Amino acid sequence: MTEYQLLVQRYDPEHDSKPQRQHYTVPGDHTTSVLDALLYVQHQLDPTLGLRWSCRMAICGSCGVMVNGIPKLGCKTFLRDYHTDIIIEPLAHFAVEKDLIVDMTQFLAHLSAIKPYLMNDYSGTAVHKQTPAQLAKYQQFSNCINCGLCYSACPQFGLNPEFLGPAAITLAQRYNLDSRDNGKAARMPQLNSKNGAWGCTFVGFCSDVCPKQLDPAAAVNQTKVESAKDFIISMFKP
Amino acid sequence: MQILQTDIIVVGGGGAGLRAAIAAAEAAPQLSITLLSKVYPMRSHTVAAEGGAAAVTLSSDSAAAHFHDTISGGDWLADQPVVEFFVKQAYNELVQLEHWGCPWSRQQDGNVAVRRFGGMKTERTWFAADKTGFHILHTLFQTSLKYPAIKRLDEYFVLDLLRLGEQVVGVLALALNSGELVQIQAKSVIFATGGAGRVFHYNTNGGIVTGDGMALAYRHGVALRDMEFMQYHPTGLPGSGILITEACRGEGAVLLNKHGKRYLQDYGLGPETPLGQPQNKQMELGPRDKLSQAFWHEQQAGRCGDYNGHAVVYLDLRHLSRAHLQQRLPFICELAKAYVDIDPALEAIPIRPAVHYTMGGIATDINCQTSLPGLYAVGECASVGLHGANRLGSNSLTELLVFGRVAGEQAAHYASQCPPADSKALGVQSEMTQRWLNRRFGTNTTDSVAQLRRDMTLAMEQGCGIYRTGEGLAHCQQQLQALQQRYQQLKVTDRSKVFNSELMQYLELGFGLDVALAICSAAMARTESRGAHQRLDSGMTTRNDAGFLCHSQLYYKANSLPHLSWQAVQISSLPPALRSYGADNAIAENSTDSTQGTQP
Repeated sequence: MTEYQLLVQRYDPEHDSKPQRQHYTVPGDHTTSVLDALLYVQHQLDPTLGLRWSCRMAICGSCGVMVNGIPKLGCKTFLRDYHTDIIIEPLAHFAVEKDLIVDMTQFLAHLSAIKPYLMNDYSGTAVHKQTPAQLAKYQQFSNCINCGLCYSACPQFGLNPEFLGPAAITLAQRYNLDSRDNGKAARMPQLNSKNGAWGCTFVGFCSDVCPKQLDPAAAVNQTKVESAKDFIISMFKP
Repeated sequence: MQILQTDIIVVGGGGAGLRAAIAAAEAAPQLSITLLSKVYPMRSHTVAAEGGAAAVTLSSDSAAAHFHDTISGGDWLADQPVVEFFVKQAYNELVQLEHWGCPWSRQQDGNVAVRRFGGMKTERTWFAADKTGFHILHTLFQTSLKYPAIKRLDEYFVLDLLRLGEQVVGVLALALNSGELVQIQAKSVIFATGGAGRVFHYNTNGGIVTGDGMALAYRHGVALRDMEFMQYHPTGLPGSGILITEACRGEGAVLLNKHGKRYLQDYGLGPETPLGQPQNKQMELGPRDKLSQAFWHEQQAGRCGDYNGHAVVYLDLRHLSRAHLQQRLPFICELAKAYVDIDPALEAIPIRPAVHYTMGGIATDINCQTSLPGLYAVGECASVGLHGANRLGSNSLTELLVFGRVAGEQAAHYASQCPPADSKALGVQSEMTQRWLNRRFGTNTTDSVAQLRRDMTLAMEQGCGIYRTGEGLAHCQQQLQALQQRYQQLKVTDRSKVFNSELMQYLELGFGLDVALAICSAAMARTESRGAHQRLDSGMTTRNDAGFLCHSQLYYKANSLPHLSWQAVQISSLPPALRSYGADNAIAENSTDSTQGTQP
């Protein structure tokens, strides 16, 4: 066992006027994740620490935090990879509710806004045919776990919370690329708007931090191309 | 206290809760539906299911075959009319999910692909790579956004049911971000609150799987049924218990002991199948209970390896190509790399059994209705009678869909006919709960929620594990009763209102302790061995149909041991027979095929 030094941002809205950092020493070995360390703090040192978590296997998307300034899933980030003090803060660009818990309301609203469900006129009882190649077109974008790390990485979302942001645009593209879907026309007005794909300045940090490597920046870029096509077609329509 | 009114409350936003909410919205669009969960719906533990969902799909398959596999897999303790209904509805529900956009894996011709799974005699498991639960959950969540009737209360924690006499008329819930108690009145309530795997120390479950709904219904007089049957999944990662899907074995992975032997052939599952040629219901494709029990024997015999102090065997995928692993099992590759630093294409994964699934739960009828009018239960928190003494992998995701729909439709039908409750009487109950809550706070000298929880989970692991003895169970029961005494004295030290984690964990622990005592008590009463419940005591090591072809039903008694009664299993067409796998199964099936014509 090695001792690791954590500096955890604490904020209790009932008592604190502003956040402060608290220092904890935690034991760890080569398997200890940042989430394990935070749960050690909560169970052994300080039960008041607030954080979200559940699956501890990088699929439920609950435990996103900033680790030394980079958005990370706590359960998939390991103490072994840090050799100095580890600074843990709530996800950037979201309002903090308590300690490491942020307000996800805006994020959820953006996901809903792009109509993330299949739209078509199909009324049959059989399954749609969809070849592996057709599935591959959108499959990667269907793997988003809604952890919100890409919003913490996105400078545009930091400046303008109305910006739909990487995950929502990726989700729109997931449905737009699905061979079973005819809903693109219903989604494009959102994506074409000033808070849609054009809000992105293509920094690309969202793709760097995505714990599922699903490249949201590519989805945003594809959406810009679609949006440009939409615009050109509209110019020639009477 | 804030009062909200709705027609239907769904507690739990996992697969069963979401499917129920959508079914209710479709059945009765005029009704208002409140989907309430202690986490955002997409965090629910359905998300972690990996392998797939079963339904008869191939032309060579039949409902009778799926029925037979499920009954025999459950060691004849499933209710047969429930299984008949289930296998007939399964396919349509998976198609429905396809119509809602679930990215099912496909064959080259564009049809849905099916894979092998343990205890299933034919390939009938639909899958979305190895993230099937994740895709089902997100598809349902995203689809639910289409229905304006469904309003969500995210991060609300239910403390109690509201009742008028026998009738359930809503819930009392804590808004986690404000700490305020809210009275939510409804005409019907659906519990879809998940299992209780977290009462054990080593488990595949998320931190939220704490048995809340089971304990709530139980405290209100609803029976918990078949609680002695806890499923150990044979392949969890050592220490963490993180799930390594059965689909690995469906794709051809094999299990080795420390000598490199395919040890399952020694436990009635052989003969050994050639590498890369998995056979249904044989060797690694035996059912979970048998595989976990085989591990226990290997451990006793000293034939397990060691991983960081944990006894392990090895799941070997090396003979499958890297391309195949990446296409069919990408998440397993990711998990193995991140959590045990292993590339499965090059090295076998150390694994061991971990508690995975609660077969028992809140007793319901085939319509998901509990004994309390207005209260429904569905999914892992419920015992509808589908799984018997051992659930087959890939039956539970389908269960969420088939019975989620039933629960939603039934609750909608009930709510449409039910007059509004007299809300004045509910104020008294709400105030009592508020005062009870206020008294939870204080200081502790030695104990803590974390310490008590640890003691509970270790006691359960020791007393209610893969193999059980009368002595071990009695000791476990005493420990649990002592823990309940300590719990009575325990206080919540954090008095904050906003996201009070200690309070939430305190409440979850109280629920967990009640469920743990139910599991242990049912296990003591069942003095035979069946499915996932195995006794080592002499005279109890085999199945005893004359004495125990029945469900255990436990009724809550405050400050005491539960009251137990037995309920006959419903046998409609398949009388109890020898449960066999491997070569024995082939012989048994040849003989039954020629003698039976009465299956569904």
